[in-house]
Amino acid sequence: MAADIRLLAEPFAPGAVTDAFAAAHPRAGGIASFTGQVRAEDDVLALELSHYAPLTLPGMQALGQEVLARWPLAGLLIRHRTGLMRPGEPIVLVAAAARHRRDAFQAADYAMDHLKSDAWFWKREQRADGWHWIEPREQDHADLARWRESPA
Amino acid sequence: MITLIFLGKLADQAGGPAREVPAPLDWAGLLGALDTGLAAQVASDRVRVAVNGALLADKTRLQAGEGDEVALLPPVSGG
Repeated sequence: MAADIRLLAEPFAPGAVTDAFAAAHPRAGGIASFTGQVRAEDDVLALELSHYAPLTLPGMQALGQEVLARWPLAGLLIRHRTGLMRPGEPIVLVAAAARHRRDAFQAADYAMDHLKSDAWFWKREQRADGWHWIEPREQDHADLARWRESPA
Repeated sequence: MITLIFLGKLADQAGGPAREVPAPLDWAGLLGALDTGLAAQVASDRVRVAVNGALLADKTRLQAGEGDEVALLPPVSGG
């Protein structure tokens, strides 16, 4: 079974994607999904995600293989935006379908932690005074370390 | 020629997302082709280098030839 992983340059509707994913996996007892969206903060006008095509999607596909090898899933789906987004717009969707819920929750959690700190994306925010690059967060590295300390 | 690709904020510091430099190019040649400030950034442990989409385990062993694409990758944003 291959993971369904795509980069999207245009806005998408996570609900519709998740519904189609659930319909495609009727034998899975549970589907866990996570949607990340642009935080609506007072002074943030837009978020821009840039990527590097030769690395970004191949890296996400390798992550998908890792997740599939680690948990017994019926399906795994990842959608990730690139380009310009406004507050409230979805950035990322991860959905995992499994026979039992624990596998689905953990697989989606693991995929998100690795997308956040390992995937090749660079983000900048537009504020009233111009564009600002977003630096790596310590918390993202701590989230990743969690999986190394206590393998699921 | 070799195409240098500057990702993330390196593109701001380089004054654009891409630049062409003459082939061949090694590590010393790369640093020499960049402004001092940018070269210091690229030399820091946090910046990775890929040649034609393959990450180098040791960027100081860079060996790029005619037509290659050399990408300079700062840490990803998280957030």
